[in-house]
Amino acid sequence: MTIREVVKLLDAEILCGEDRLDTEIHTACGSDMMSDVLAYVKDQSVLLTGLLNPQVVRTAEMMDMLCIVFVRGKKPDAAVIELAKEKGIVLLSTDKRLFVACGILYTNGLGG
Amino acid sequence: MECIRLAYDVDGENFSSAGNASESVKRTLKQLGVSPASVRRVAIAMYEGEINMVIHAHGGRAEVEIYPDYIDIYLKDHGPGIADIDLAMKAGWSTASENIRSLGFGAGMGLPNMKNYSDEMKVDSTVGVGTTVFLRVRF
Ligand SMILES: Nc1ncnc2c1ncn2[C@@H]1O[C@H](COP(=O)(O)OP(=O)(O)O)[C@@H](O)[C@H]1O
Ligand SMILES: [Mg+2]
Repeated sequence: MTIREVVKLLDAEILCGEDRLDTEIHTACGSDMMSDVLAYVKDQSVLLTGLLNPQVVRTAEMMDMLCIVFVRGKKPDAAVIELAKEKGIVLLSTDKRLFVACGILYTNGLGG
Repeated sequence: MECIRLAYDVDGENFSSAGNASESVKRTLKQLGVSPASVRRVAIAMYEGEINMVIHAHGGRAEVEIYPDYIDIYLKDHGPGIADIDLAMKAGWSTASENIRSLGFGAGMGLPNMKNYSDEMKVDSTVGVGTTVFLRVRF
């Protein structure tokens, strides 16, 4: 699916990267532990997380991820959004909880 | 042998900037045309080491030598040192505070990750003096 479809499915707000919504994605992961993401993630292109600090963006960048979804209605501060813009990473925010957001994407065909 | 040398000061007081050195190295390797898979292994291994210097050792210095087929990374700090290196290398073992954990690190996976993603790794540490981690990643 595309990031645009993720936005729709999760009823998400786009925090940055509107010009990249047509990017194709195939897999995602959900975690609040960045070291676990760094340890276990292979080629996932979307990270769903409840964390908001800049290291979330840096972790995604190290893993060549394309999009971060902040769950439970959370939004990072301007500096984090700026960092994501610099790295070309799309930031989304959804009111859904981590488990629910992951479930919706999984059910709709996104792999783990 | 000809190599590209890079060096970075890693600020131990600023958690937000942790990762700057690793990002710069990642960018450089990409520009040099190193394969994306190798670039990612370097980025992850070095990033975990950089994070460790910030969260465990008040920062330090990262020195990098890029050769045609591999990269050598030295992460040097003057932090508290590691008393039992074998124990520190165990997956899940961590002395990180609750505060660090709430930021998404401190799962005790950093050193094991660095070992997994590198081809050679050596940890030299003296309690009260500091730690040097050496990483070699072949492309
Ligand atoms: N540069 C360092 N200086 C001092 N202690 C360190 C350093 N790097 C790692 N350690 C010690 O080794 C432990 C394990 O490190 P690591 O596997 O990266 O896990 P984590 O950083 O999540 O605690 C740390 O909790 C810390 O006690
Ligand atoms: Mg660590």
